[in-house]
Amino acid sequence: MRKCQSCGAPANVTLTTVIGGQKQTAHFCQQCSEKKQLIKHQELNLSVILQTMIGQHVGASTDELARLTCPSCGIKYMEFKAEGRLGCPRDYKVFQKPLEALLHRIHRATRHVGKIPPHASRNASVQAELMELRQKLREAIDIEAYEEAARLRDLIRQKETSG
Amino acid sequence: MNLDSLTHSPGEWLRGDGPESDIVVSSRIRLARNLSSFPFVNRASAHQKAEIEKYLQERLTKLDTGGPKLHYLNVGALSPLDRQLLVERQMISRELANAEGPRGVALSENETISIMVNEEDHLRLQVLRSGFALDACWEEIDRLDDALEQKVNYAFGEEFGYLTACPTNVGTGMRASVMLHLPALVLKKEIEKVFRALQKINLAVRGLYGEGSRASGDFYQISNQVTLGKSETAILTEIRSVIPQIIQYERQARQALTRESRQLLHDRVSRAYGTLKSATMMTSEETMDLLSSVRLGVNLNLLEDLSIAAVNELFMHTQPAHLQKLIGQALDGEERNSARARYLRARLRELGSQLN
Repeated sequence: MRKCQSCGAPANVTLTTVIGGQKQTAHFCQQCSEKKQLIKHQELNLSVILQTMIGQHVGASTDELARLTCPSCGIKYMEFKAEGRLGCPRDYKVFQKPLEALLHRIHRATRHVGKIPPHASRNASVQAELMELRQKLREAIDIEAYEEAARLRDLIRQKETSG
Repeated sequence: MNLDSLTHSPGEWLRGDGPESDIVVSSRIRLARNLSSFPFVNRASAHQKAEIEKYLQERLTKLDTGGPKLHYLNVGALSPLDRQLLVERQMISRELANAEGPRGVALSENETISIMVNEEDHLRLQVLRSGFALDACWEEIDRLDDALEQKVNYAFGEEFGYLTACPTNVGTGMRASVMLHLPALVLKKEIEKVFRALQKINLAVRGLYGEGSRASGDFYQISNQVTLGKSETAILTEIRSVIPQIIQYERQARQALTRESRQLLHDRVSRAYGTLKSATMMTSEETMDLLSSVRLGVNLNLLEDLSIAAVNELFMHTQPAHLQKLIGQALDGEERNSARARYLRARLRELGSQLN
């Protein structure tokens, strides 16, 4: 008898995921699969299954990976693994390596093909800078440093229109 | 924009016309977009979400869509009933309705365009059309996307395309879907075969209200899964080529049913119609199932009292929020079931007498 990989009780639910021809099997007991909302009223909950899947495949959590943190939004790679959602656009660069493996499993591709925003290519570094400035502005307001806040606000406006 | 006046019309997705509308109820494309200089919604503070909303609201209300004007609704300020109404009309997602914090939606009055703010991504653009009309949806949403991109900086990278909070949407950020009414394939128990074939080519099948919802009323949404590594045109071509086959299967199943078991089918349709006309308690679920049989009956000329437009209107008006808005008061489950039955009896009597 298979054991539930969450709690060790006898498993009666098998989740098989096939991505890019690779099969992975996970076993859960009735209770845990309901708790994980894998099954709900006899029906499949796609988004939850997807998240479980992301959790499994991102796997291979070496210490190095686990410590990876985005300097812009502060999300840790482990947090992404647990939640299945990234924290900001920059994460795609910061987590590029492990993400590519995941993207390959989801989409069987790792490069965008298709529409490019016609007005794009506004300097990416300006955008990263804008995000940092907004963060500083928030902090300045929090500590009631209003002169600094006003200066930052003007700077943001200026960057926004020229960026 | 007056939500009460919306309540009385069937809404774009159930208008009941457009190409192949006996089987294809509606077509829809949505694009996930994010601002480049803010964290994604799940990582944004309440302050940042408010800032994002203000920033986008200003630009969305002034946006030149090249078509209908957009009206911005602050979703947090709407009553739970109005939020549910917008979900039933497919104008916002359940997730946006039930979320917390600053969030909103910009809508066109004719309900073809809806742009959600602070859902899973900063922006979720949607264009909806009655019938099988993916090309028209794409033309409109592509133009809308361009117009918006003139005003805001999208998070975009050459390698991964449009950057989204969930890696399942990255790349084109596009989900194209077609809502089908497939009662004959369900009756003939052939629907599973269709699903398996679709899954093999990486298309997803969902119920009426998207992820995780049951396929009530025999309505199924078919959409692309892959968003990275394929162009928008390629994705649309894939869906566009598979839908006519499903339409064909459904038509064949309908023909087979009328040929092999016309009496049984006629009986089923008449019973459904009879129950709707006379029951005194009616759940939303049962109403959907019975209306599905009635809709099939009308399409096969087994029922002559009703038009498809009228059946579609009943689908919409018997949804919980619509029903309560039409009646003008909040009702709990049991009261609602009795009010729904009363509404159906009165409306079907009215519709029947109009034709005679």
